[in-house]
Amino acid sequence: MNAPAYNFAYLDEQTKRMIRRAILKAIAIPGYQVPFASREMPMPYGWGTGGVQVTAAILGPQDVLKVIDQGSDDTTNAISIRKFFAKTAGVATTTATDEATVIQTRHRIPETALNANQVLVYQVPIPEPLRFLEPRETETRRMHALAEYGLMHVKLYEDIARFGHIATAYAYPVKVNARYVMDPSPTPKFDNPKMDNCPALQLFGAGREKRIYAIPPYTQVVSLDFEDHPFEPYRFNAPCALCAAENSYLDEIVTDDKGGRMFVCSDTDYCESRQAAGHHGSLSAAPYKDKAQEAANG
Amino acid sequence: MYVAVKGGERAIENAHRLLAHKRRGDQDVAEISLDQITEQLGLAVDRVMSEGSLYDRELAALAIKQARGDLIEAIFLVRAFRATLPRFGASEPVDTGAMRVQRRVSATFKDIPGGQILGPTFDYTHRLLDPSLAEGFVPEAPAMAEASTAPTPRVTDILGRDGLIESSPEAEDGASVGDLTREPLNFPADRDLRLQNLARGDEGFLLAMGYSTQRGYGRNHPFVGEIRFGEVEVEFVAEDVGFAVPLGAIALTECQMVNQFKGSATEAPCFTRGYGLAFGQSERKTMSMALVDRALRARELGEEALAPAQDEEFVMSHSDNVQATGFVEHLKLPHYVDFQSELGLLRKLRQEFADANAPDAMKEAAE
Amino acid sequence: MTTIAELPPGFADKVLSAQSTFRSVMDAMARPGSVQRIVPMAGTPGPMMRGTAAIALTLFDHDTPLWLDARMAESSDVTKWLKFHTGAPVVQDSSVASFALIGDGGTLPSLERFALGTAEYPDRSTTVIVQVDSLASGRSFELRGPGIDGVATLQASVKPFDLFERLHMNEALFPRGIDVVLVADDAVVAIPRTTRIVSKGS
Repeated sequence: MNAPAYNFAYLDEQTKRMIRRAILKAIAIPGYQVPFASREMPMPYGWGTGGVQVTAAILGPQDVLKVIDQGSDDTTNAISIRKFFAKTAGVATTTATDEATVIQTRHRIPETALNANQVLVYQVPIPEPLRFLEPRETETRRMHALAEYGLMHVKLYEDIARFGHIATAYAYPVKVNARYVMDPSPTPKFDNPKMDNCPALQLFGAGREKRIYAIPPYTQVVSLDFEDHPFEPYRFNAPCALCAAENSYLDEIVTDDKGGRMFVCSDTDYCESRQAAGHHGSLSAAPYKDKAQEAANG
Repeated sequence: MYVAVKGGERAIENAHRLLAHKRRGDQDVAEISLDQITEQLGLAVDRVMSEGSLYDRELAALAIKQARGDLIEAIFLVRAFRATLPRFGASEPVDTGAMRVQRRVSATFKDIPGGQILGPTFDYTHRLLDPSLAEGFVPEAPAMAEASTAPTPRVTDILGRDGLIESSPEAEDGASVGDLTREPLNFPADRDLRLQNLARGDEGFLLAMGYSTQRGYGRNHPFVGEIRFGEVEVEFVAEDVGFAVPLGAIALTECQMVNQFKGSATEAPCFTRGYGLAFGQSERKTMSMALVDRALRARELGEEALAPAQDEEFVMSHSDNVQATGFVEHLKLPHYVDFQSELGLLRKLRQEFADANAPDAMKEAAE
Repeated sequence: MTTIAELPPGFADKVLSAQSTFRSVMDAMARPGSVQRIVPMAGTPGPMMRGTAAIALTLFDHDTPLWLDARMAESSDVTKWLKFHTGAPVVQDSSVASFALIGDGGTLPSLERFALGTAEYPDRSTTVIVQVDSLASGRSFELRGPGIDGVATLQASVKPFDLFERLHMNEALFPRGIDVVLVADDAVVAIPRTTRIVSKGS
């Protein structure tokens, strides 16, 4: 039988070269979606294959990798991807945002400010911000070529007419470097301001849709809005119930079937670091430590 | 007091162990072997090879076993393995006219040079469940005869000699072969890439698309010119050797549809073609593929393209079952961050709606 | 005549050397004007600097048509080495090249003769790799644009002397344009099409 043998970080070198060239073009043309010949990965399309291919193309033995899904290091898909790279590339992994050099994420940007030595890799399901307004690739490509974004503004304005607000809560479109309208991936709009003028390089990989795009460090990223309806990031009414943070994104947890709810940070590393530093919310237990798992992660 | 749920890593490991256990089933029942799968579930193996884009019966059988018989999962396993294989180049075009045919039927002519050969087919079987197959069935020996040496020219070539069907495009010497697994796809796509996409495409999707053209959504008057199944030789020109080296034989099914004719003031009318090709014996797949290939040629042939099967972006973007299943199934991944965003927005909008629609008296009281 | 056995070697460790080189180039492209170092060593045929050789081994292959200036093209060591180690096809028509290797910046052709991309596909453009005298001393330049926190300064000694003035065309062309990678020995600086450069004199 043709028994499989796999390369460092899984991808073969020819594939890595192709992805690396796409990444360089993506950085040179901020917000533009570079087509690339996405490969079948050993995990399903839609589960982060684009992010995984970008990470595999940049990752080296000196890197420290963090993987989050919904802000958490401990969701099953985050664990699965982290283990994949620990196994195929032998890289060190971490859950601490400030220790990581490469962070792969699905649906969140960490609360801890990123620094210039970091690369944030986003998993993207539908990279085309205009796709739900115009399903045809030939049409949306033309719109980007002409910077013809009227359709998007009409859509946002229709929201205002119907609901009194722009009714987009996640995957909120942005304009990069005053040229390309870009999909930030399904991050909550709460995270949009973090993309602007960020010291870290931000790379976006969409495997099924075969696109790579980028925001270089210190690049202007503006959430689309109107003068009379400016962009408002989402705000929560109460602090995190565990660490009392007042400016982090919160998950709602249903605690019983009588309407009981609690709100806790979605960024688990941020929340645990704050609890370890002595911040306590209204419902906090002792800071959670899983010794067995820490030992396993080395 | 609240402690966040942890232990995902152990949950994953345990789930995989349970899966392995379920896959094996009752261990008092004999384990199924790869030989049993390749020999007795051969059409499943053919489908996995076709849509997995990898001709290797043993690996396909392994994938089917590993996937517990879920063929789309098996196709995915084969594709993921294929993606890591080094690529040496493209083979020479195979000559299906020189196929050692095991089955060959034409619906357009009663008899054809080389003859109609029914071969191994479900056609004309009565679909009655056969209890004798349940266990210990020993089939009768098949009828045997000396292999015919008579040539079996393709029916479309016979029509082509009289100019009754459009000519098949000639291969351009030195022109590179498109490969959508190596280069990102752009629209509009050439026919080579469309055919590659359809060959890898989901049989069920192509069946439904092909069927829709028969029911009037892009009708193209198909006749089965010929379906043939058998073995062909594959050759590869290695640059350092300088001549074609035989790599071996593969089993293929080819379907050539003869479709609605075209013609104009400057061009004599002739039939048009739809083409299907797949690994192994895959008649439903190749027939559906030929119908859709022809439908996708609408623009090239000056027809109005209004039906789904004629819409290149629609068909090519949704035909791949590995892509489709991944994205559909990813909905079971956690989405609570984006859901929370929607929830917050919806609550705010509902609050504003309630405030705006409160009875005036209450509004005044509140003010 | 050089035989293949006598050609300068490629990377000793293909996988990790390519990764390390790529990260240097990626950092250079993401932070225009910053000087990045190429660590892995490979053989350097003819006039090729070690940074250039490492970039070639990292990014070139059968899928990347390559244009060579006269200085590079006249060295049979360079062409043989590139063919043997990367397989990249050398093309005469610079407007279809994925990469251009410039050994003598003094003879750099007009930038319009390279691929500039299209409005629909601005990524289909030539990345021009120019070997220069120094990325540590020489005239001072101020750079602004994405990847730069305010203003970056670069001291460089480059040919052609008006290279950065010529790159002003990127401003009007955007999103089409030319991305440039400057190499001096093991030092690399990238000037993507978004970077605006002003000379501050020497």
